[in-house]
Amino acid sequence: MADASAPYRIKGETGEWEVVIGLEVHAQITASKAKLFSGAATAFGAEPNTQVSLVDAAMPGMLPVPNKECIRQAVRTGMALDAQINKWSRFDRKNYFYADLPQGYQISQLYHPLVGEGEVEILIDEKDESTAKTIGIERIHVEQDAGKLMHDQHPTMSYVDLNRCGVALMEIVSRPDMRSPAEAGAYLKKLRAILRYVGSCDGNMEEGSMRADVNVSVRKPGDEFGTRTETKNVNSVRFVMAVVEHEARRQVELLEEGGQVAQETRLFDPDKGVTRALRSKEDAHDYRYFPDPDLLPLELDDAFVEECRASLPELPDAKRKRFEGLGITPYNASVLTAEVETARWFDALLEAGAEPKQAANWVVAELFGALNRLGKDIADCPVSPAQAAELLKLVADGTISGTIAKQVFEIMLETGEGAGQIVESRGLKQTSDTGAIDAEIEKILAANADKVAEYKSGKQQLFGFFVGQTMKAMQGKANPGVVNERLRAKLD
Amino acid sequence: MTDLTAKTIAELRDGFRARDFTAREIAESYNAAVAASKALNAYTVETPDDALAAAEAADSGKSTGPLAGIPLGIKDLFATKGVDTTAGSHILQGFKPVYESTVTANLRKAGAGMLGKLNMDEFAMGSSNETSTYGPVLSPWRRRDSNVGLTPGGSSGGSAAAVAARIAPGVTGTDTGGSIRQPAAFTGICGIKPTYGRCSRWGIVSFASSLDQAGPMAKTVRDCAILLEAMAGFDPKDSTSLDLPVPQWEANLSSNLKGKRVGIPKEYRIDSVPAEINALWDQGIEWLKHAGATPVEISLPHTKYALPTYYIIAPAEASSNLARYDGVRYGLRDVPEGGNLDAMYARTRADGFGAEVKRRIMIGTYVLSAGFYDAYFTKAQRVRGLIKDDFRKAFEHCDVILTPTAPSAAFGIGETTDPLAMYLNDVFAVPASLAGLPAMSVPGGLDGQGLPLGLHLIGNELDEQTVLNAGLAIEERAGFTAKPDKWW
Repeated sequence: MADASAPYRIKGETGEWEVVIGLEVHAQITASKAKLFSGAATAFGAEPNTQVSLVDAAMPGMLPVPNKECIRQAVRTGMALDAQINKWSRFDRKNYFYADLPQGYQISQLYHPLVGEGEVEILIDEKDESTAKTIGIERIHVEQDAGKLMHDQHPTMSYVDLNRCGVALMEIVSRPDMRSPAEAGAYLKKLRAILRYVGSCDGNMEEGSMRADVNVSVRKPGDEFGTRTETKNVNSVRFVMAVVEHEARRQVELLEEGGQVAQETRLFDPDKGVTRALRSKEDAHDYRYFPDPDLLPLELDDAFVEECRASLPELPDAKRKRFEGLGITPYNASVLTAEVETARWFDALLEAGAEPKQAANWVVAELFGALNRLGKDIADCPVSPAQAAELLKLVADGTISGTIAKQVFEIMLETGEGAGQIVESRGLKQTSDTGAIDAEIEKILAANADKVAEYKSGKQQLFGFFVGQTMKAMQGKANPGVVNERLRAKLD
Repeated sequence: MTDLTAKTIAELRDGFRARDFTAREIAESYNAAVAASKALNAYTVETPDDALAAAEAADSGKSTGPLAGIPLGIKDLFATKGVDTTAGSHILQGFKPVYESTVTANLRKAGAGMLGKLNMDEFAMGSSNETSTYGPVLSPWRRRDSNVGLTPGGSSGGSAAAVAARIAPGVTGTDTGGSIRQPAAFTGICGIKPTYGRCSRWGIVSFASSLDQAGPMAKTVRDCAILLEAMAGFDPKDSTSLDLPVPQWEANLSSNLKGKRVGIPKEYRIDSVPAEINALWDQGIEWLKHAGATPVEISLPHTKYALPTYYIIAPAEASSNLARYDGVRYGLRDVPEGGNLDAMYARTRADGFGAEVKRRIMIGTYVLSAGFYDAYFTKAQRVRGLIKDDFRKAFEHCDVILTPTAPSAAFGIGETTDPLAMYLNDVFAVPASLAGLPAMSVPGGLDGQGLPLGLHLIGNELDEQTVLNAGLAIEERAGFTAKPDKWW
């Protein structure tokens, strides 16, 4: 990887260009099982039009009633992003006609959003703490999702599925603070991690519970912002990075050919890896935003806000710093806190009594390796934190060696048996019995008289050979310290 | 047998309880009267079986609520389960909701039956009932020695005509900018719009959400109190509903106004208003004085901006509220041959909406559009605040305000063709709507041509009681017993 601290530049014919990126992330409030303004359910993948209330279908005379849990989750999310919580906010109507929008307007928040300015700290390179950067959050507002048109059900007609209609979304709007695909990717990953820690959104990008509108413009370093394009509904970190990369290059080429970037909405084609224009500013809707007269302003009282704050879990940055304070390397701490499930699993491991540094090394090296091989997530890890703690304790107190520990772990993964039981039943306990070790050493020195002679004439590096042979003869169960000590006694 | 259709709701209720007559007899009398009233065009749907079923429940003792045995007419703006609900619009023709509005559900819970759905101006936009897709309602009233068809006012024109013609003892109306009070005045009946939020808007087809409010219309002030008690109440399904207990308005009715101050707003003296109307206003002041009240002159300085403000805010909200009528899910769908989605929207809405509704959608779309929003909508919201403030200050000096209800008596069908002249009908009614205050029209007398004129009472927030009490004081003194000669 290139030096992450060096600025990302696109080399054009006329010199270097800087990319400016802002993201609008739509995150479904999956913590609520009901919609933002109706009691309808929100389960993913249900049969079309089975999760639709009279309100969602915009039947005549139906009225929205805010779902408190959705508001609560958005407030908690705002707090996790260190953002201003607006105790007075209001819902506005965004008016436009489309068949997936029964009301003819989306209830959103333009003028007075629930959450104001905040920030997210990212590591552009997660291995390198010197690449930390703060990305500003402009606002978070709460709004309704629309339904979905289905064009493949009938030769001449389109069908509409209103299941998603009215589902609660948080729109998290960043400042145009990102300057490279890597920064955009790191920001989205970090945001996703925070939402998952908070629990407001499950961050499932495949199921559409999180998607990003990617705003990209280019400029010569030091110039004013250029005209931006907005690529809608990008649904993976990889695609967001691809959009930035493609869009920036396209704009540079366009500008260097003497053209102009049109302020327009674009769509990403993941198969071809390109973006294409959806609609230009000229056919942009006039959304005629105005305060929704069916809803009163949203006023939060102190008790509600305090409850939200008190319910926040430890967040990734705080957890990482705590782990580092326990002697865990910055890299391990960063890896262990990137995903909420990993962090929870690791915390449980510590609670079960594991020594932090040893445990971190083991999880990152052994456990992740094993999960990778098995194609499993930490959520369905076959070994529980308590079982892992037992294994690590056997190593720490000298009952088994690190080498044996690997064997024991493999058996644990296969059989689900406990580490202690495995060591006991298979006789893997480490021995410090000098009689047995001495006996093996005698045999090895006798069988390798030539190497003994070489060693004695000064080839010191052969010492390791004798250690290895002894350990092998002892089937790895000999205490390495004792082996070393006895060998020195015999050889020196 | 006495003519049950001549009785008030209070008399029907008490007579039924005293077993002077059965609920079935009440329902049958009204069903027959409704069936014989086609010439009025007041009902869009007749539901005699519904009225009979409620009567059956009352007679058998299954229903014992305060309105047991009372059949009512329901404005077509209220969703009624399984019964056509069209808001007087072609775009909703044939629409049968699977749900019942909170207000009508409350009335049913109180024991009321339904005689049918009442004609109205399309989406409640109009002051003469001429914008209905079903054609205009004819007022049962006629000018002396004239056969010219008159409007009952609007938008609750079918509702008003039904009470005046005695084809319903009481009805529901809705009032966005005078739609209960102006038709009540035109037809010589009582009608009250309560404080915004008293009646749930859930299941009432929206016109302008921040102004729409349901209320009752009936022969007497007492009947209005009885009906309003049954209609009102907190509804968690309407975020703008007031979470307050419903007062016992009927039990607390009293025409003794001793100690009450009646505000007379000087800005409501308009030269163009006929002398008869200003004379009735003066008479109204005398009646209230006679009841013990003290008149005080008050000022509502922003009154002249109320109508323009209303005609920005109401159309703005309507333009958005009516976007849901798009041909996609229910109601009318017109698609030109080979047309796409946009063509379907255009054709459906062009065919489905009448001229007045289209006019207001266009005005509303315009005042909300980029570049005009601040000049119109934002400014109108600010003026609305000033108008509310005017009332707040005025109620520091008075307990209830008396004005005329409308600037004229009923006019002839087709006589008023200029939309702006039509909008002027609500000049006295609109300020209270913008301020969300309770307001009522009670009949005061007849004009020179023998047509009813109304007096208008505006109360402070939540103080329907003083409005009703002042209304009762006028009712007792006006002795308004005139009724239209039956010609239909």
